[in-house]
Amino acid sequence: MPVLIPTSLADAVTAAGATPDALLLAGGTDLMVEINERHRDLPWEHASVIALNRVPELGSWTIDPRARTLTLGAGVRWAEIEREPLRSSVPALAEAARTVGSPQIRAAGTVGGNLATCSPAGDGLPVLVAHDATVDLIDASGRRSLPIADFMLGVKHTALRPGELIESITVPLLEGAQGYSKVGVRNAMVIATASACVATDVPSRSVRIALGSVAPTVIRVPEAESLVAASADWSSRSLAAQVITSAGGLAADASRPIDDHRSSAAYRRHAVDVMVRRQLRRAFPGGET
Amino acid sequence: MSITGVDRSVREGVLGGSPTRPDGIAKALGSFEFSSDLGGDGALWGATLRSPHPYARIVRIDLSAAWQIDGVETVITADDVPGAMHYGLIDQDQPVFASDVVRYVGEPVAAVAADHPETCRRALEAILVDYEVLDPVLDPESVVDGRAPDIHPAGNMLRQQRIVHGDPAVTGDVVVEGTYELGMQDQAFLGLEAALAVPDSGGDGVELFVATQWLHEDRGQIAACLGLPEEQVRLVLAGVGGAFGAREDISLQVHSCLLALRLGRPVRLHYSRAESFLGHVHRHPATIWMRHHATSDGEIVKIEARFVFDGGAYSSTSSAVLLNAITHAQGPYRCANAVVDGYAVRTNHLPCGAMRGFGVVQACFAHESQMDRLAEACGVDPVDIRLRNAMRTGDTLITGQVMDSVAPVEQCIRETVALPFPNEPVGGHDGDVMRLPGGAGRTADVEHVVRGIGYGVSMKNLMYSEGFDDYSTARCRLAGGVATLKFATSEVGQGFVTLAGQIARTILGVDDVVLDRIDTSVGSAGSTSASRQTWMSGGAVAAACEAVRDTLFVNLAMLNGLDANTLAIDGTDVIDTAGPFRVPVAEATARGEIEQTAVYRHRPTEELDEHGQGDCHTAFAFVAHRAVVDVDVELGLVKVVQVATAQDVGRALNPLSVVGQIEGGIAQGLGLAVMEEIVQINGTIRNASFTDYLLPTMLDMPDVVATLIEEPEPLAPLGAKGVGEPPCISVTPAIAAAIRDALRQAGRPHRIDRVPVRPIDIADV
Amino acid sequence: MSEFFTLHVNGHDHEIRDAWLGENLLYVLRERLGLKAAKGACEQGECGSCSVQVGGELVCACLVLAASAVDEPIVTVEGLGDVPTDVQTAFVETGAVQCGFCTPGLILAVHHLLEHDPAPTEIVIREELSGNVCRCTGYGRIIEAVQRVSVARAAAT
Repeated sequence: MPVLIPTSLADAVTAAGATPDALLLAGGTDLMVEINERHRDLPWEHASVIALNRVPELGSWTIDPRARTLTLGAGVRWAEIEREPLRSSVPALAEAARTVGSPQIRAAGTVGGNLATCSPAGDGLPVLVAHDATVDLIDASGRRSLPIADFMLGVKHTALRPGELIESITVPLLEGAQGYSKVGVRNAMVIATASACVATDVPSRSVRIALGSVAPTVIRVPEAESLVAASADWSSRSLAAQVITSAGGLAADASRPIDDHRSSAAYRRHAVDVMVRRQLRRAFPGGET
Repeated sequence: MSITGVDRSVREGVLGGSPTRPDGIAKALGSFEFSSDLGGDGALWGATLRSPHPYARIVRIDLSAAWQIDGVETVITADDVPGAMHYGLIDQDQPVFASDVVRYVGEPVAAVAADHPETCRRALEAILVDYEVLDPVLDPESVVDGRAPDIHPAGNMLRQQRIVHGDPAVTGDVVVEGTYELGMQDQAFLGLEAALAVPDSGGDGVELFVATQWLHEDRGQIAACLGLPEEQVRLVLAGVGGAFGAREDISLQVHSCLLALRLGRPVRLHYSRAESFLGHVHRHPATIWMRHHATSDGEIVKIEARFVFDGGAYSSTSSAVLLNAITHAQGPYRCANAVVDGYAVRTNHLPCGAMRGFGVVQACFAHESQMDRLAEACGVDPVDIRLRNAMRTGDTLITGQVMDSVAPVEQCIRETVALPFPNEPVGGHDGDVMRLPGGAGRTADVEHVVRGIGYGVSMKNLMYSEGFDDYSTARCRLAGGVATLKFATSEVGQGFVTLAGQIARTILGVDDVVLDRIDTSVGSAGSTSASRQTWMSGGAVAAACEAVRDTLFVNLAMLNGLDANTLAIDGTDVIDTAGPFRVPVAEATARGEIEQTAVYRHRPTEELDEHGQGDCHTAFAFVAHRAVVDVDVELGLVKVVQVATAQDVGRALNPLSVVGQIEGGIAQGLGLAVMEEIVQINGTIRNASFTDYLLPTMLDMPDVVATLIEEPEPLAPLGAKGVGEPPCISVTPAIAAAIRDALRQAGRPHRIDRVPVRPIDIADV
Repeated sequence: MSEFFTLHVNGHDHEIRDAWLGENLLYVLRERLGLKAAKGACEQGECGSCSVQVGGELVCACLVLAASAVDEPIVTVEGLGDVPTDVQTAFVETGAVQCGFCTPGLILAVHHLLEHDPAPTEIVIREELSGNVCRCTGYGRIIEAVQRVSVARAAAT
């Protein structure tokens, strides 16, 4: 049977180990496009597929209140992340979910699939990077976890080994304003020309800024993060206008975007500058303008 | 939305009302058959091999590996074309398959037939073509100035035309000029190209089920390429999933017939979306320089213009598109003096041809951008400057033709201005993020957004031009109170099938109308394009029904000792206006049948002389648009909030259908304004998919408010003008103008001279 | 080539034999089961013309690997029955149907929307149907059709 449909995580891991070059199919919103358009150069007579959509462990999520983490099964769909109760847990991820494709895409597409595809424009990825998420991997020899920055290696290139599955993504929960912005030419169903997540955590007085579509993978802007964290008045949620301006400039400087048929490098740099500034002002509404 | 065009029907289903379309339920149930739904057991699949290069010499084609694949039934190339190698709507310059040279990315080189689409795909991959890549000609200016080497034996200049009218040396106190650019738009109909070719058992004929705009024109081209008499090539209209000009040229017709005839078996050929972008013609990208001379009050004194249209690799209808563009350079405004030069050139870009608006879209963006520039230079309001110059019936055009169509330009403008503005502020009353530019992308807050307002006005010629002998045919049969109509008019979604029934019900007094199959067994109806079918095929159906009615009157008169001239239709009865006689039509036609065929022609037109003078167009319609656009000026994202329009329709024979054309046309004009463009780099398309060729979604489309201006057109057989094209024409410059207005208010008055307007253009990065 | 798998479509079981591995659900529905209402206009999930319900979710059939869609109820437009539903009737009456290619996908999307949100606001309608592209109508009459059904259903209860 060339399409294996395991119904437990253990069976899925066994199947992946037995056929390490099998195509892993979750929501299909990336893989099926490649199959439909024959972008993948595959030995079609010998290919096999492991469908993961029937593995209950992958489709579930839990919150650990002590560790203050949300563990999302790789098969959790964007439609679920967009809604309560997940929306309140990581609001920026819900905002990102709302921009993924269309309602039909969100009903099928998964957060794990988005991560495994590892496109520079993947909508959920800036939010996960901003939260310092870890990627929980499993194969026949056991489990390992990687910081997300170590999992995403380059354009459509991850650290996933043959025979390995993404089991879940563990997201530290933050307490503070957060948001996700994405620039696209149309008001629905667009690939991000540029995107940004700004997340704050009041208890640790930390600011996280992650940018998408301006480098081979999502990047953080540590200089801007520490500048804002140090300059902000956390009790009144205020931030001086010139700090906001500087942070935007630092975000633009940190970007290494390309020119392509969708947009130009100059515009992408400009766009992240603007988005970071605007999100910082939303996160810190006080302070002179 | 509310429209001010009232339902004047006196009976259900007649002209003036909006009866539901006869194919509507089947389409809603999903049982309506589109061309891609045809075929089944026994039909093979076909597929086309296309050039990956914009310009290359074919050194060698090796089919042997493809033939080895299990399930492949045949592989064909140019060597297998029995009839004419070249086809085309005006000039026959395009080969069925390239043999010596390929001239655009996507040009067909070979075709296969096999048992499964996947087998076809593998077969195409197995065909080896040795190309010697050549330097493509990609710069239209290099053709105009003669630098470019010829890429076709017929040369690179598809058409060159000049218009000189009045005094070319006159000048005005105020002079404004600009150079305007339009990118390549795609028709992007949803119903992908598909055909089913069924060969006759003797192999000397074929029946082709295909979605197309002009059955008979297709037939003529197909027959010539197959080397068969036209009567042996029978076309049947299969369900059409939209057209917008992309089905006027043939695409897969000859290929599918060749495969079927070769094998003696039915063959289905379907295009994928990526292939569809390559497989049909597109709207011409254009660069238009214009200079307006005016009095200090803003009255136009002279127009100068230079149009350069990139026609791509093959001529298609470039010659006619260019003619439309240059003859509409003045827009719907009086102009006594003009010098206009037009060039349509051949390059190694994708071939261009018909798309809704047909050259006038390009001209309108240029002249409306100019009118706003003129308004600013004269210190006049943009609405006032248009009113000041508005054309009227009786004015002379720059071609010397007198405008004898109803021309309510002033009324179109005033009615548009009178429509209410949206009552929601930027961001809406509820602050919903979806109301702001960027939508769910949450890029802007209300304070980042400026609301701009812009206007656009256009005229558009209806039907064909330059002496083309255009006509339409219809047959009507009346028996037992039921009218049966037979015509070859291609229904592409616009609703002619609905209108035909309304015509018959009105003229004949019947309730039941049956539509016969649409095929080539009746005379040509001409193309579903150029906003012509209501006038031409409506005219033919009306004439056929009138002939049947008149025959009925003659018969009844003889039988009842009456004067046929005093008989009339009243509701569903025949009455004598001079006496008490009354009989239901159903009863009067209970036995026997009456059948008449009619051909409708419009009055003749002329070619242009060497100065571009001549009565080259048939008739005209007018429209005005106002766009309200919210602009995030820093990021360059837009949200079109409202489009208001008043359109000169003559007579709304089916108000709901008219609304459908208005809203659908505005969507396409909006697409050209802010998001739709085929991107070619070094002659290769980069966005042959809906991921990157963006169509307006429900979140991009604004509210539309419309007024229908009904001043019946005496030249039109039913008083109605065509309505399909005007809605997509002046909305594009109106949106561009609104964006400029927003930028001006934000203190960033840089030029927006290109559509689609991109975020880069607005943000000026 | 696979052996066979079983799909549950519109309440019936169908054995799919000798299918090529990469066949998507849209292809199987149309070409193997003769259920042609779902249409293919992009093969990428960017147009919604192939919208069907799988396991109660509205998805694009072109993005579902047919062989992986076993053990879940699949509903296509044909599954709504031969008698036009209120949604189908409203589409025709409001002029929301021109060429009709996007119509079956929209019909299912609207049924799905109203099942979950019986009284959607206009902005919600636009967002929930943003994955269904129409090239002919400009959407105005489609929105009117949805609102008409929503109001009529509320009045009937």
